Amino acid sequence: MAARLQMGVSLGFHIIFACIGMVMPWFMFVAEWKWLKTNNPVYLDLAKAWSKGVAIFFAVGAVSGTMLSFELGMLWPTFMKHAGPIFGMPFSLEGTAFFVEAIAIGLFLYGWNRLSKKVHLITGAVVGISGVISGIFVVAANAWMNAPAGFDWVNGQAINIDPVKAMFNKAWFSQAHHMTIAAFSATGFAVAGVHAILYLRNKLEIHAKAITIALAFASVAAILQPISGDLAAKNVAKLQPAKLAAFESHFETQEKAPLIIGGIPDLENREVKHAIKLPGFLSFLAHGDFNAEVKGLEEFPEDEWPPVPITHYSFQIMVGIGMFLMLIAFIFLAGTFKWKHWLEKSWWLKMLIIATPLGFIAVEAGWIVTEVGRQPWIIYGIMLTKDSLTPMPGIQYTFYTVTAIYIVLSFVVIWLLSRQIKMLHSKYLSNG
Amino acid sequence: MAEINLFILVICLLLYVVLGGADFGGGILELLTRGKAAGIVSKAIAPIWEANHVWLILVVVILFVGFPSVYSTVLTSLHIPVLLVLIGIIFRGSAFTFRHYDIDEATPKAIYSAIFQYSSVFTTFFLGVTLGGIILGNITLDYQQSFYDGYLRPWLNWFSLSMGLFLVLLFAFLAGIFTVSELSDEKHIGYFKRVSKRLIWSLVVVGAMVFAAAEASGHPLFYEFLHSPVSIIAVVLATLALPLFWIYLKQHNRLMLRLVAGFQTTMIVTGWFAIQFPILVKIKDGPDITLQSASAPPRIQLILFLALLVGVLIIFPSIAYLYKVFKFGELPNSEK
Repeated sequence: MAARLQMGVSLGFHIIFACIGMVMPWFMFVAEWKWLKTNNPVYLDLAKAWSKGVAIFFAVGAVSGTMLSFELGMLWPTFMKHAGPIFGMPFSLEGTAFFVEAIAIGLFLYGWNRLSKKVHLITGAVVGISGVISGIFVVAANAWMNAPAGFDWVNGQAINIDPVKAMFNKAWFSQAHHMTIAAFSATGFAVAGVHAILYLRNKLEIHAKAITIALAFASVAAILQPISGDLAAKNVAKLQPAKLAAFESHFETQEKAPLIIGGIPDLENREVKHAIKLPGFLSFLAHGDFNAEVKGLEEFPEDEWPPVPITHYSFQIMVGIGMFLMLIAFIFLAGTFKWKHWLEKSWWLKMLIIATPLGFIAVEAGWIVTEVGRQPWIIYGIMLTKDSLTPMPGIQYTFYTVTAIYIVLSFVVIWLLSRQIKMLHSKYLSNG
Repeated sequence: MAEINLFILVICLLLYVVLGGADFGGGILELLTRGKAAGIVSKAIAPIWEANHVWLILVVVILFVGFPSVYSTVLTSLHIPVLLVLIGIIFRGSAFTFRHYDIDEATPKAIYSAIFQYSSVFTTFFLGVTLGGIILGNITLDYQQSFYDGYLRPWLNWFSLSMGLFLVLLFAFLAGIFTVSELSDEKHIGYFKRVSKRLIWSLVVVGAMVFAAAEASGHPLFYEFLHSPVSIIAVVLATLALPLFWIYLKQHNRLMLRLVAGFQTTMIVTGWFAIQFPILVKIKDGPDITLQSASAPPRIQLILFLALLVGVLIIFPSIAYLYKVFKFGELPNSEK
C-alpha cells in the first residue's frame, strides 16, 4: 500500500509539472509571435516572464520524471521485468522527444540574443510540439497497462512480444487525446486564474494579454474535453467494464442503466445513496444507446473490484469540474465577440480565480480514476499489483521521505513564482 | 543486436559520466574551492544541463527494454543507494535552476548554492556506490534473507564506498579541466590548474584504494584485471596520458585538455567494462546476469535499436546545433 501511495504521490506531482511543461511553451510561443506581429513590447515581456516559469517547471518536471523512471523498477520490479520489453517502445521514443525538448528549451531560454527572431520563435514551437509528443508516448505506455496488447501470456511469461502492437493498444488513442486536452485546459485555466488575481490587484496590460492567450487555449480545450471524455468512456466500457461500473458505482447489470450523479456508494447493500439518477443515460454514455445493457460490478468477483468509492468520487469530481470549465469557456467565447471591456468585470475575474486550481484537481481526479479504477490489476487482467511489488521491507519510510520532499518542493516552487511575479511588477510599477 | 544495444548503453553511460560528470563535478568543485568556481561553472553548464540529464534516462530505458532482469534486480537489491541518488538529483536539479532564476538576493542564493554543492557530492558518491554494488557481486536473489543481507550488504562495503569516493574525485577533476578551459583571467587559471593537478594525484591514489578495497570486500578485481588484456591496455593508456595534462596545462591548450580528460574517462570505463563483460550484474548466490541471460528476445532488441537509431538521427544534429549556438570551446569572453 505504501508503494502504491508513493507511486501515486510521485506521479501526481509529476503530472502537474509535466502538463505545465508541455502546455506553457505554447503560450510563450504565442506571446512571442504576437510580439513579432504587433511589436508591442508587453508581449515580449510576457514571453520572457512565462519562459522563466517554463524553465522552473521543466526542471522540476525533468527531475521528478527521472525519479519515476527508476521508481517503476524500485517499487514494481516484477512488473517491469515482464512489461519492460513490451511497453518500452513508447518510453524509448519518449526519451528522444524529451531530448529534443530539452535541447530546444536550452536554445529558447539562453538564445534570446544569439538566435535570429525567427529561429528563436521556431525553437519555442519545437519545445511545445516535442513536449506534447513525449506526453502522448508516456500516456500510450500507461494505456497499455489498461489494454494490454502485443504479447501472449503463457505460464506467467510473455511470449511472441510485439512492441509496435503494444504501443498502439486499444486504449492509447482515447487516453492520449483526453490527457492532452486536459493538460491544455488545466494549464490554461491555472495561468489565466493567476493572472486574474494579479489583474484584480494591478490593472496591467500584460495580465490582460496573458489572460486572453491562456483562456483562448483553455476554452477550446474545455469545450472539446467532454467530447473526448465521451469517447474515452465508451472505450473503457468496452475494454474494462469493471472500471466503468466503478466510475458510476453501478452494481447491477441492467438495461436503460441510469447515470448516477453524486451520491455515496454503499458497498454492503450495493447501492448509491442520495444520488441523482438519470435513467438510461449511462447506457447512452457507455454504448450510445439508451436501452443498451451495462454490465454492473456484480458480474465480477469482489476481489477484482477496484476501490469503488474512490473511483466513484474522483470520477464525479472530474466530470463536474469539466462541466464547469466548459461553462466558463462558453462565457469567454461569447464575451470576446459580444461585449466590450468585459475583462473589467470583477465577477468574471473572480470566476477565473475560482477556476485556477480546478483544472488540475480534475487532472488529478482523472488520473485517480484511471489508475485506481484499474486496481487490483497492474496489467489489466494479467498481473496483480500486489504480485509485482518489491520484496524489500520498509517501503513506508521511502514513501514518507519522497512525500516530504515533494511537499517542500511544491512550496518552494510556489514561493519562487510569487517572487518572479514581484520582480515583474516592480519593473512595471516603477516605470509607471 | 543485443551487443549493439549494450554498446549504445555503454556509450550513453560514458557520455553521462563525461558530460554529466563535468556538471555534477561543478557542484563538487564549488564546494572544494569554497565557491570560487560558482559563477564560472554554472554559467558554462546552464544551457546544456537539461540535455545532459537525458543520457541517464536513455540508460534506464535501454536497460528495462533490452535487459529487463538487470533493471529489476539492480533496483531491488540496490534500492537504497539508488533512492539516495534520486533524492540527490532532485535537490541538485531544483537548487541549480532556482539559483539561476530566482531574484538575485544573497541569502536564498547562498542556500541554493549550499544545496547544489552538497547534493552534487552526495549524488555522485551514491552513484559510485551503486556502480560498485553492481560490479562487486554481493547481490542476492534470495529475498527471504535478513534486511542487512538483502538490501544493505550489496552496497554497504569497502569496495562500493571507495567507488563512490573515486567517482566524486573523477567528476571534480572533469569539472576542473572544464573550468580551466573556460577561464580567461590569469589569477583564476593558476588556481584551478593547481586544483586540477591535486585532483589528478588524488584520483591515482584513490584508484589504487579501489583495488585494495575490492580485495578487502572479497572481489578478486586485481586478478581479473590481470587476465583482461583490454583493460590492461586501457589502464596503461590512461596512465600514459597523465603527463599530457602537465604539458597541456602549461600550454593552456583548451581543446586538448578536454580531449585528454575525455579520453582518460573513456579508458577507465572501457577498462571496467572489459573486466566485467559479458557479465552485467554479479550475483552472490546464483548464476550471474550475463548479456545472454538478460537480453530481451531478438525482435525486441531490433526494435529497440531502430528506436534508438531514430533518436540518434534526430538528437545528434540538434545537440551539435546547441553546442554551436553556445560556442563551446571558444573563449568565453568573445561574446561579452
